[in-house]
Amino acid sequence: MPKDHGIGASSKRREDVRFLTGKGVYTDDLALHGEVHAVMVRSTVAHGSIKAVGTARAAGMPGVLAVFTGEDFAAVGGNPAGWLINSRDGTPMREPKRPVLAHGKVRHVGDAYAAVVAETYEQARDAAQAVSDDSEITELPAIVDMAAAVANPGNRVHDEIPDNLCFDWGWIEDNRAAVDAAIKAAPHVTTLELVNNRLVPNAMEPRASIGEYFPGTGDYKLTTTSQNPHLTRLLIAAFVMGIPENKLQVVAPDVGGGFGSKIYHYGEEAVVLAAAKKLARPVRWTAERSESFLSDAHGRDHVTKIELACEKDGTFIAFRTETLANVGAYLSNFSTATPTFLHGTLMAGPYKVPNVYVNVKTVFTNTAPVDAYRGAGRPEATFSLERVVDKMCRELGLDPFEVRRKNLITKDMFPYTTPVGLAYDTGDYQATLDKAIAMADVAGFEARRAASAAKGKLRGMGLSTWIEACGIAPSHLVGVLGSRVGLYDAATVRVNATGSISVMTGAHSHGQGHETVFAQIVADKLGIPESSVEIVHGDTAKIPFGMGSYGSRSLAVCGVAMAKAVDKIIAKGKKIAAHMLEAAEGDITFEDGKFAVAGTDKAKTFGEIAFSAYVPHNYPLETLEPGLEETSFYDPANFTYPAGAYLCEVEVDAETGKVDIAAFRCADDFGNIMNPMIVEGQVHGGVGQGIGQALLENTHYDENGQLLTGSFMDYAMPRADDVPFYNVDYSCQTPCTHNPLGVKGCGEAGAIGSPPAVVNAVIDALHRGGHSHVTHIDMPVSPSRVWSAING
Amino acid sequence: MTKVSMTVNGKPVSGVVEGRTLLSAFLREGLGLTGTHIGCDTSQCGACVVHVDGRAVKSCSIFAQEAAGATVTTIEGMANADGSLGAIQQAFQDHHGLQCGFCTPGMVMSSAALLAENPKPSEAEVRHYLEGNICRCTGYHNIVKAVMAASGQDVSAVAAE
Repeated sequence: MPKDHGIGASSKRREDVRFLTGKGVYTDDLALHGEVHAVMVRSTVAHGSIKAVGTARAAGMPGVLAVFTGEDFAAVGGNPAGWLINSRDGTPMREPKRPVLAHGKVRHVGDAYAAVVAETYEQARDAAQAVSDDSEITELPAIVDMAAAVANPGNRVHDEIPDNLCFDWGWIEDNRAAVDAAIKAAPHVTTLELVNNRLVPNAMEPRASIGEYFPGTGDYKLTTTSQNPHLTRLLIAAFVMGIPENKLQVVAPDVGGGFGSKIYHYGEEAVVLAAAKKLARPVRWTAERSESFLSDAHGRDHVTKIELACEKDGTFIAFRTETLANVGAYLSNFSTATPTFLHGTLMAGPYKVPNVYVNVKTVFTNTAPVDAYRGAGRPEATFSLERVVDKMCRELGLDPFEVRRKNLITKDMFPYTTPVGLAYDTGDYQATLDKAIAMADVAGFEARRAASAAKGKLRGMGLSTWIEACGIAPSHLVGVLGSRVGLYDAATVRVNATGSISVMTGAHSHGQGHETVFAQIVADKLGIPESSVEIVHGDTAKIPFGMGSYGSRSLAVCGVAMAKAVDKIIAKGKKIAAHMLEAAEGDITFEDGKFAVAGTDKAKTFGEIAFSAYVPHNYPLETLEPGLEETSFYDPANFTYPAGAYLCEVEVDAETGKVDIAAFRCADDFGNIMNPMIVEGQVHGGVGQGIGQALLENTHYDENGQLLTGSFMDYAMPRADDVPFYNVDYSCQTPCTHNPLGVKGCGEAGAIGSPPAVVNAVIDALHRGGHSHVTHIDMPVSPSRVWSAING
Repeated sequence: MTKVSMTVNGKPVSGVVEGRTLLSAFLREGLGLTGTHIGCDTSQCGACVVHVDGRAVKSCSIFAQEAAGATVTTIEGMANADGSLGAIQQAFQDHHGLQCGFCTPGMVMSSAALLAENPKPSEAEVRHYLEGNICRCTGYHNIVKAVMAASGQDVSAVAAE
């Protein structure tokens, strides 16, 4: 029987009720007394020298209260990159200042160089248009193509960076010579050049921020669409504005999706705070979708050459990659970690490949910043690996299932240290592969293919066996790798006097369902109803600290911090029980919500202990403090390593090139499962995004740096009729060995494992249909690309 | 500026609007009904779908004045009289048809319009009807399942292994 409550139950989400009745409160839903409106003035050219910002006319327009330019923020700090990456020669990365508002130059279409604040939105918008019309910006040649950016040192995104390179990174540099030699000597080498297409995250809620300033106390409040309000506060306080942290409250209320794009601090947040102080009125800014396309951090955008050296029987010998990774015009907060330590370290995949070398050159261009987007580096690594493995199988006439099975790390090999620096703690990759094959009825494929053929369609099947590193991060490890901050997390569990519980977590839920799942865990551990537990998130004034939700870390890091705080509550409760029951602390047991003296019928309920903790008369104060509230800071010992096998079946219409997903099967190992319903939902969403990347989505800048895919009319988001029902299985569970919940994280898996499964299936369909000259099609595998590949 | 009156969620309401004021803006800012969401500026996303005289309408695509005299229902008007979730809302919760909740009001309103037209839609019909509502979180699986369940169909076999 499935559980009906606690850990492992598919508890229905409590947050759904407010979302389903229109009572959610997202940033733009707030209406504040006396509020005014900010509108950004954004560059219409990709690259330009700012000669003059025309503020005079705008300042006199109706309702206009203030006009800000880059000059107003020139003295304050820049928005920093969180990770310092060194080049192969040991030199540190180039880190140009990222100003609040562009100053001197604009560097991408949509780069904000001024902001207007007015009584109404319409007035602010009219005045912003006037600033745009009156400003003098001399257009410079746009740097769009990465290879050209590196090859043309005279044309610079940042004047001080001659080759537009942020860094030239090798991982691991000591592997380089051995990998080169192995590839030279190998019986077979498969080479594949591919593009990991640039994506716009497109959380359905556009970014929005409201700044408030309270002159009486000097306090600031920022309400913003953030996945991690504490990080935003830290960046604003320590780097960008110098506001003391105890004078700045950052609140992220209901947030309508993030997918990475709302991890980062953006300049608009500083603008609304500065404007609120200047005007002593709440200042609100909400992005239009067009602004989101232009100014949210984008994802992916790698150009990679991968080589796979192997024996003639498909046994892997080495992988070598060379990647150009676009960071856009400025370094967004995680932009330097994404193509390096979230990508290069995963380049061994789930395979026992003896050696790997990864080279990544990260390039500035006149495009929007690029940063972590669902999966963040790991989809890029997985796509390169899983595509080149399939290509090798075709070249050598080998079975892609058997080649993977032969090369997968086996379960007796854990812990397994890869040649790219990670130590996988546990897994069973054969099990997930076997499960996927069973789910997909691989034996019945030929009959399905014949049925498709009878309809005039080509059917193909594509496999991807993937691994990721989640639960970022063990602070000591990320410190060695270049992170400027440790990435532990924190939680406070407050037992109120009447027994209800408030949990303050550093995680932020923007769709993941923490309010439900975290309550399940606490309730399960304490033997109390889930309804007694309230999860508080997204407010720096209420929560001790936290690094927020990204990198599938909410449960594996923040959730574990919470579980450890609950353990402290139980320990404190035992002390209280020992006092109340006049027993030795060591004799107190805790089970099913009761503290009891072992071997007796003497017991106190959890509620009795809670009440006693707050209204005691006779505590021995030197050994027992009143109160029942505990905080835990948790720093994991390692990443977690979810893994799985995905199998996609497609039907291709060779006449039109259109690809339909006929079936999609996921066999995942996420370790222990806290709420199966939510885990399945996370996988569905990730696979939907992965299918979007594989078949539909592309971000296209023209040669002048104009974004041609700047709205939902031009950028193909997956719709309900683009995707099938997915089959998701999570029964292969190897619990994480180094966190007490045994959890690994499930938020990004779908987006990591699915794109190569889709593309492999398309190539398979074309081969089976007689178009064996097609060895690769870049994503998105659109009808025109498929048709051109068939007929090219 | 013009005075406009209509019935919203069963109550007569009125307000003063500019000619250019969209129905979505009137609902959110004029009436404080912020359950209707704005997810785009090109009428693609569907987060702002409401019912106008029984028809599903993207409220960002008509002016408030065009709804003068009309009967409008928003997500705030979809619960049962006792405040409990309506059948479609309940199906969305039961089948985890929402994550971040931002597209959800539009999804529920479109789904209600679909079921009013077509009480037992097939999977393909649901998917086709919801084309104008974009969700980034769910991959649509549980939304489609929820709509079919709300129509009384047995969805226990959907993608079961």
